[in-house]
Amino acid sequence: MTALLLPFLNWYDFDPFRDLYNWLDKQVDPWLVYLISGIIGCTGILTFVGLGALINVWLERRIIGRMQVRRGPNRVGPWGLVQPVADAIKLIQKEVLQPDLADSRLFNLPPILVFIPAMLSFAVFAWAPDMVLANLDVGVLYLLALSSITALAIFIAGWSSNNKYALLGAMRVIAMMISYEVPMVMALLAPVLLVGTMNVSGLVAWQADNGPLAIFVPLSLIVYILSATAELNRTPADIAEAESEIVAGYHTEYSGMKFGLFYAVELVNSLAVSAIMASLFFGGWALFGIDDFIPAWLIFILKIYVFYFGLIWLRGTLPRFRIDQLMGLAWKMLLPLSLINVAVIAVEVLIWEEGDFGSWILAPFALINIALALGLLMLFFRLITAKLYRLPRRVILVRDIQVPNLPAPQAAVALQPPAATP
Amino acid sequence: MDDTAVVIAFWVMAVLTLVSALMVAMVHDLIHAVLFLILSFVGVAGLYVTLSADFVAVVQVLIYAGAISVLMLFSILLTPRSARDNAAVSYAAPIASLAILVGIVLSYAAVETNWAKNTNEFGSTAREIGNALLDPYVLPFEVASILLVVAMVGAIILVRPAEEAARADGDQA
Amino acid sequence: MIEIEHVLVVGGILFSIGLFVALSRRNAVGVLMGIELMLNSVNVNLIGFAKLSESPTPITGQVFAVFVITVAAAEAAVALALAVSVYRYRQSIDVDRLDLLKW
Repeated sequence: MTALLLPFLNWYDFDPFRDLYNWLDKQVDPWLVYLISGIIGCTGILTFVGLGALINVWLERRIIGRMQVRRGPNRVGPWGLVQPVADAIKLIQKEVLQPDLADSRLFNLPPILVFIPAMLSFAVFAWAPDMVLANLDVGVLYLLALSSITALAIFIAGWSSNNKYALLGAMRVIAMMISYEVPMVMALLAPVLLVGTMNVSGLVAWQADNGPLAIFVPLSLIVYILSATAELNRTPADIAEAESEIVAGYHTEYSGMKFGLFYAVELVNSLAVSAIMASLFFGGWALFGIDDFIPAWLIFILKIYVFYFGLIWLRGTLPRFRIDQLMGLAWKMLLPLSLINVAVIAVEVLIWEEGDFGSWILAPFALINIALALGLLMLFFRLITAKLYRLPRRVILVRDIQVPNLPAPQAAVALQPPAATP
Repeated sequence: MDDTAVVIAFWVMAVLTLVSALMVAMVHDLIHAVLFLILSFVGVAGLYVTLSADFVAVVQVLIYAGAISVLMLFSILLTPRSARDNAAVSYAAPIASLAILVGIVLSYAAVETNWAKNTNEFGSTAREIGNALLDPYVLPFEVASILLVVAMVGAIILVRPAEEAARADGDQA
Repeated sequence: MIEIEHVLVVGGILFSIGLFVALSRRNAVGVLMGIELMLNSVNVNLIGFAKLSESPTPITGQVFAVFVITVAAAEAAVALALAVSVYRYRQSIDVDRLDLLKW
């Protein structure tokens, strides 16, 4: 029975925990061991999520402040480190308003409902070679299913507010999220095709042997970054919750800690997306074998925060897109790109399997894929920004226009008073 | 399976699914009914997990709770003058007795039949489903993709605004 | 122990609830909700058979369930497009009032 449970319990990488597990295994029934190790694992992940939400608030405001040539919060503690606590206290002590005609049960549900997928997505990551909370065979698909539930929760938030702008913002968010789910799924399909398993720790183990997947499927990485930024409703794709656009969109009517939950969910979701990028494209806990000296989960957390810094960089630098530009990006650029990507990777896997090559063939595949990615991206950027009407290639100055030769003007005829009529 | 936790999980999920399905019929607001429907979809996905169908469970959440529910909510949004009170038609009581009769017949057939029982273990169901879709069932697979394209094109044509349809016809004429 | 009879009874009850919802709703979207419940109950039966019944290829049940999900998605899309289109012309999707084809 323990052999059956072992695949689900391999989160332990520490010797004290391993000893505890062995001791427990002899004492009590297997299901109790399973339950206790599940509780310990969940506590660890929730600690990371909670601390992450706190630290991310400070990181975002400080780094964006620095990018905007100002200091960011620096009053509340040394370097403003206590700012997240101050934010939380401010939100807790605010009056929680609810519109009179808002559906009461539906109004209180979304802040909780939107937090659930954000927390659940941390269950499938491989923090170390033996450290997974839920070693799902369909891990990648599970992560994608969770983002669909987030879209539903946001729609309920917008609908139950009894507010036209909230509903409009919610509809925009849903339209954007379901549009970007398609390229996201296809972008994550390509590394799964190459590796042959949807198991996240299996993908990371493959990358420990063969190098990061970012060099083998670079187009997937780029499509995933763009789709995930739109799924997270972060700038440059935050049309649905931007204050200058739509009065905070779907969370207009939420005040106090309910709004705090929406804000925290955006940060935790960003952390989850960074974790997906780190696991699936950049090797997870594997970094050229350093994990013999440094704990592997520390490497993973550092990678997560490197990519989270990348997401903050995007937010601090780029202006906001319009909703029609965003939908055009999803359907006209990212979907064809991801389809071509899947087709190319499928052909490469076929060549690899049928030709009975060894692993050395991955190197020319990587070069072909990188060249193809750069070429296709440049092509699509040209296409998507192509003007729909013709402009002259060169500004035509007035003096370049050839004036037709007119006869020289006659000598001016002096004006004379009209002849006096008889 | 002789795992008590799996049996408990199965019954919890079954009760959740059946109660939410019943609430779909009972609540007085259409949006609440759709939300209970989403809950029953998630409950059915939980049932699949207890029956070792992890791939189908995730596909169920992704497609039913993620896409079909959004379709239903949008179509409720786009029909603003329809009644949103989840009312039953006037002849609901005979329908209820019919439904109960159908349920009794199905349960009786299920309990009294002598099934050929065997507990099957699966490896990676995603891999096995993939192999099955491309080896014995490749023709239904291709037909299903054609069906999806036809449904997509049909849905788009059905909801085209009238002037755009006239303009398109005018272009062709 | 999960027996095949338990799974089939759960599927049967879900089917009858879906039948009741489909036949007794006044709103067309409500009817569609009942239809989706019925399709889900069929899927539960199929997955139960895949796990708990003797077969040379037990995975067939799950493959069938994937096909049912696919066809249900296509049918929901077309049905809702029809509902929106009917609303555009008749200003109502109340099934009691859509009776032009009655004798």
